[in-house]
Amino acid sequence: MNPAKTLYYNISDTWTITKRNLLRYVRLPQLLVFSSIQPVMFLLLFNFVFGGAIGDAPQVPGGKYINFLLPAIMVQVTMFGGLQTGIGLAEDMSKGIIDRFRSLPMSRIAVIAGRTFSDTLRNVAVAAIILSVGSLLGFRFHEGFAHAAAMVGLILLFGYALSWIFALIGMSVREAETAQVAGFLLIFPLIFASAAFVPLQSMPDWLQVFVRNQPITFVVDAARELSFGMNSHGAPLKALLWALGILAIMMPLAIWQYRRRSN
Amino acid sequence: MPKAFEVKEVTKGFGDVKALDGVSLEAEEGRVFGLLGPNGAGKTTLVRMLSTLLRPDSGTLKILGEDVVKNPQAVRNLIGLAGQYAAVDEYLTGYENIYVTGRLYHLSHAEAKKRTNSLLERLGLSDAAKRPVRTYSGGMRRRLDLGASLVGQPKVLFLDEPTTGLDPKTRLDLWTIIRELIAQGTSILLTTQYLEEADELADTIAVMNNGKVIAQGTSDTLKAQLGGEIVEFSLDRPSDQAAALQAVKKLAKTPPNFDSATQQVRVPVHDGSKSLMGIVQELNDAKISVATLSLHQPSLDDVFLALTGSKTAPIAPTKKAKRGTR
Repeated sequence: MNPAKTLYYNISDTWTITKRNLLRYVRLPQLLVFSSIQPVMFLLLFNFVFGGAIGDAPQVPGGKYINFLLPAIMVQVTMFGGLQTGIGLAEDMSKGIIDRFRSLPMSRIAVIAGRTFSDTLRNVAVAAIILSVGSLLGFRFHEGFAHAAAMVGLILLFGYALSWIFALIGMSVREAETAQVAGFLLIFPLIFASAAFVPLQSMPDWLQVFVRNQPITFVVDAARELSFGMNSHGAPLKALLWALGILAIMMPLAIWQYRRRSN
Repeated sequence: MPKAFEVKEVTKGFGDVKALDGVSLEAEEGRVFGLLGPNGAGKTTLVRMLSTLLRPDSGTLKILGEDVVKNPQAVRNLIGLAGQYAAVDEYLTGYENIYVTGRLYHLSHAEAKKRTNSLLERLGLSDAAKRPVRTYSGGMRRRLDLGASLVGQPKVLFLDEPTTGLDPKTRLDLWTIIRELIAQGTSILLTTQYLEEADELADTIAVMNNGKVIAQGTSDTLKAQLGGEIVEFSLDRPSDQAAALQAVKKLAKTPPNFDSATQQVRVPVHDGSKSLMGIVQELNDAKISVATLSLHQPSLDDVFLALTGSKTAPIAPTKKAKRGTR
């Protein structure tokens, strides 16, 4: 097949799979409702439980904890959104749907590319909900529209990169429950051993070394710089490089795994 | 003319297990080839290779002359696969399931829509077309899965145990649909654990066991391997078993045996009713009294018993073995 046709089918098949994945939210709207309740719950709990304990946040504009909290919550829920990629692929695999797709003359990247893309579109919806609820709680962007858009874009891009990691996990474990547990094992240490929720200085020295250099800290710091101008020592660039680096490694690995899966 | 499929000296191992051990088969176009064997015989492994899902360790497989390993994408344009577990999307409607598959065969929207509607009609699913598949019964899911495998109008269709786990009525319905396909000239590879199913639907049957083809032919030639007819009798006194086998031995074509499941002595014979009378005479002379006595044509069950030395009742597969060969 000529390259132009291959490219065309890569795109059109990916879009077909994307629509197929999104259709389940049309058929079962409660899925979308539940997948947005959890992030909103996190936002409310952290804001009123930790926010109350921490009190005013003097380094943040207006001293409002929500301005400090929301970027971290957004990173967290995007990570959980990426986890859905692994769960969805493992589910399709255990039901034999991936076998059906692999026996079709369709693009070899479309099943995973469509899944990661549809999960990113869902993340867009969840991010919009978080921002809306956040604004009711007093969250504001302080650096103008371009920085605000860059913050949301960076978080979504990072979530997209993570969903390729979860894609590889999902393709490897084959069962939705296992994919979920494996995903949690990856997410929890990264999100809690980061600068997301508590100050670095409260952690033991050895842990600080890890926390300072792990990607979630970069993404959260970058989001805070872009939303309220916190000095993050170049975190946006580091976060961007991490996202691109993960994609460069995980995309070929996940697709290779898809091609060889049943051997 | 190229064969519908051609398998040469194919081997495949999963760890220590040899799933396929030098399998060679070929099938003419427009026919139904039945692959018969118990769980774990290697049937599904072979279907997965022919449908490009799995690579052989050695050997070659071709579909209509296209090499499955060297040119998988060309092969995928020629085939349809309906698996053992209905591979349908629970959250989508019946229509959407077939339509999406059609689009992935690169049909235009209009063509995919047209074929989807006509398939739903043919499979008796029109009324349920707009319902999510979650609400479908097991038989409806199999039919839908079959529909998805047909939307690309495949030249060669793989039906991997299409009726396993279905109730008898649903199985008969599915047979009717498969017969319609046969009438349209689609080449079909059907795997089954049910001898009756192979006998009903297939022109040629290959019997597999432990990764090997142990017999091949039409159902008639397979039956003929046993010489056609069998005399069966049960004994009044079980203690007569050895004496009875001894008494009828010279009238048997191949050595008689005692089937412990049915508690009957089975004697393959050359010459139906004449042999039957001879056997009655011999048993009478030996003072062995029988409870029941009958003469019958062998079923494929008999063939399988003779070939493998075991009943066809499948050995329950371990979960691991099943996953490995899926």
